[in-house]
Amino acid sequence: MVGNRLETVPSQRKQGKLSGIFAQFGVPIFFTVLCVASIIVSDLDINYLIGELLSRLGRNLFIVLSLLIPVTAGIGLNFGIVVGAMSGQIALIIITFLQLKGLLGFVTAMAVSVPISVLFGYIVGSIFNKAKGREMITGMIMGFFANGVYQLLFLMLIGTLIPVNMNSPVAQQIMLSNGVGLRNTIDLSNIYYSLDNVFAKLFNWNGIIWTDSLGPWRVPLGAFFMSLLLCILITFLMKTKLGQNFRAIGQDMAIAEVSGIKVDKVRITAVIYSTVLAAWGQLIFLQNLGSLNTFNAHEQVGMFSVAALLVGGASVKRANIWNAIAGVLLFHTLFVVSPLAGQKLFGEPQIGEWFRQLISYSVIAVALAMHAIQNRKR
Amino acid sequence: MSKIENADPSLNRQRFDFATAFREFGIARIIILAFLLALFVLALVKGLDVPGLLTDSLTRIGMNGTLILAMLPAVVCGVGMNFGLPLGILCGLLGGILTINWGLVGWAGLIVSLLISIPIAVVVGLLYHAVLDRVRGEEMMVGTYLAYAAVFGMSIFWMLAPIRNPKLIYAVGGKGLRQTISMTETFGKVLNDFLQFKIGNVTVPTGLLLFWLLLCLLVYFFLRSKTGLAMLATGSNPSYATSSGINVGNMKRIGVVMSTVLGALGIIVFSQSYGFIQLYTAPQSAAFPAIAAILIGGATLRKASISNVIIGAVLFQTLLTIAPPVTQALMEGSEISEIARVMISNGMILYALTRATGGR
Repeated sequence: MVGNRLETVPSQRKQGKLSGIFAQFGVPIFFTVLCVASIIVSDLDINYLIGELLSRLGRNLFIVLSLLIPVTAGIGLNFGIVVGAMSGQIALIIITFLQLKGLLGFVTAMAVSVPISVLFGYIVGSIFNKAKGREMITGMIMGFFANGVYQLLFLMLIGTLIPVNMNSPVAQQIMLSNGVGLRNTIDLSNIYYSLDNVFAKLFNWNGIIWTDSLGPWRVPLGAFFMSLLLCILITFLMKTKLGQNFRAIGQDMAIAEVSGIKVDKVRITAVIYSTVLAAWGQLIFLQNLGSLNTFNAHEQVGMFSVAALLVGGASVKRANIWNAIAGVLLFHTLFVVSPLAGQKLFGEPQIGEWFRQLISYSVIAVALAMHAIQNRKR
Repeated sequence: MSKIENADPSLNRQRFDFATAFREFGIARIIILAFLLALFVLALVKGLDVPGLLTDSLTRIGMNGTLILAMLPAVVCGVGMNFGLPLGILCGLLGGILTINWGLVGWAGLIVSLLISIPIAVVVGLLYHAVLDRVRGEEMMVGTYLAYAAVFGMSIFWMLAPIRNPKLIYAVGGKGLRQTISMTETFGKVLNDFLQFKIGNVTVPTGLLLFWLLLCLLVYFFLRSKTGLAMLATGSNPSYATSSGINVGNMKRIGVVMSTVLGALGIIVFSQSYGFIQLYTAPQSAAFPAIAAILIGGATLRKASISNVIIGAVLFQTLLTIAPPVTQALMEGSEISEIARVMISNGMILYALTRATGGR
């Protein structure tokens, strides 16, 4: 029986070119069709959609890119980026207490988030090493668990174990009035658009005027710049020794171990990279949003990012920068359009919203199933 | 086939050994038990309504028991924890809604809803197994996301369902099933009130507990039957099972279908005790507390027994019932019990995930 199965594989691979293309780009093609159909149905103003997409691309691309390294290293889709997002938020809360403003505040937050997320990344990586082959479900449950720890920290410990001077104006703004725990939403106007607008602010001299608006759309140039930088860095990283190691253990852990790569250590490194990048990604996301939903902002990060990457045509084993970009564009088009389409088709925006969630969860399920089926064939 | 080693080590033990029993009961359970006792003592000291807490605990054990039991067949047949439990729950909800729509009340309503949800759950279970069989090694993730997708697919269905019963649909607009549907006029609390009696101030929901224990007993006897033993063998060593002539695929199919059916029955029992049917996104994360409970009862991802179900249900649900009021009495306005719930249940699942050994 096993022999039969092995024989059928090469013949399947030699199928026509068209089906090969469809196998690789099936999901993005399906989503493009879905998006175009929804846009036509909802009769949406294209200018509004483009503006919306530009700002969503700026604020979400970075965190989706943070998933790439673990995929290369064979860890799969790192649902543990939720923990990274949390460390970004911890850093943000710290700089809010310190009352740092503008770009300085943002850069400080990035710096502060590094040690926190390295520590968390190390813990997450070590746990992943104990749950090899089950990293994704472990990462997901870890996100839930870390959420408990995060709530413990910011609902219970702050103001009791961590002393806070309640007389200061900052504390009164962001702490609950009884002096224990943070408020549900924290205003981030101190660093609002601090990265997005950075070019418009810094280089507005000598007659050269950098603006962040292009025609009718607002372009988050700073966020784009950071994402571009990260793309270049990832491409470069993959060419170094470390990148080679990532790819080697992604191909086959046992062979990598035999050839002298310290697999567990490299895997932890991959997760640490991912966690730090996720923390920064969350900072970019929040400076664009301008307010922090203290206890919920990180919850959906893992799911949304993973879904976006998969929509872009990535798989559990193979993902690149283009998957991330295409994925964010398609997934968020659906985000903008689906409630409107639901309203037009059924008179109920909620149905469009559910439909979008149905689709995005199905995409994750199908992608994981495809991965498992391919694994079994091997 | 009759010689399945390690199927149940306790059978081989000659005489009662306290140290072994202690180890088997597990350090985690002893800690939780001690914590529970401490909470009860605190409740007494603080002058809380302890009989009321006990009543609530018993009710919640019965309410959630069947959902926790649903994990057992899936683990035993080797699929692992059934993260797709919401699939079964949706079948049960559909059965309940149809019954209410037909206007059946009381026992007739309960029995009909149980009976019609079973065939639905069998069909869904068969389909679910067909998927799980192809994704060996990723059952947990695929199950989770399949269930999530199904919850939202059914949300659309609840909104568009061709049901015009004014008891079920939104009063305004005349379209779409309600978020929560009251069962007081139909078959709410039927099981709870059956043979209900009082010891002091503690009310015992006899029917509810009997139903759960009856199902536990049925599953227990099933696992001792020929098919059940074959399932145990499939779960503990698939290649051994294959070589002794067991149809491994078939055994897994039975396990998954049983788990789905128990999920469907479980939510009907849960809803009638709760007094409301909750639709839309309510079932989305229903699998996690059930998994946490059976793990607290001492199960692992590869091994579980009826005693794990019962111990887990009693410990976890009692903890969830009495922790909030006690901590509320100790620290005013504190949310520590909710945080502790999140950390305990997910911590247990996380621990089990890192500990499970053997194949993927």
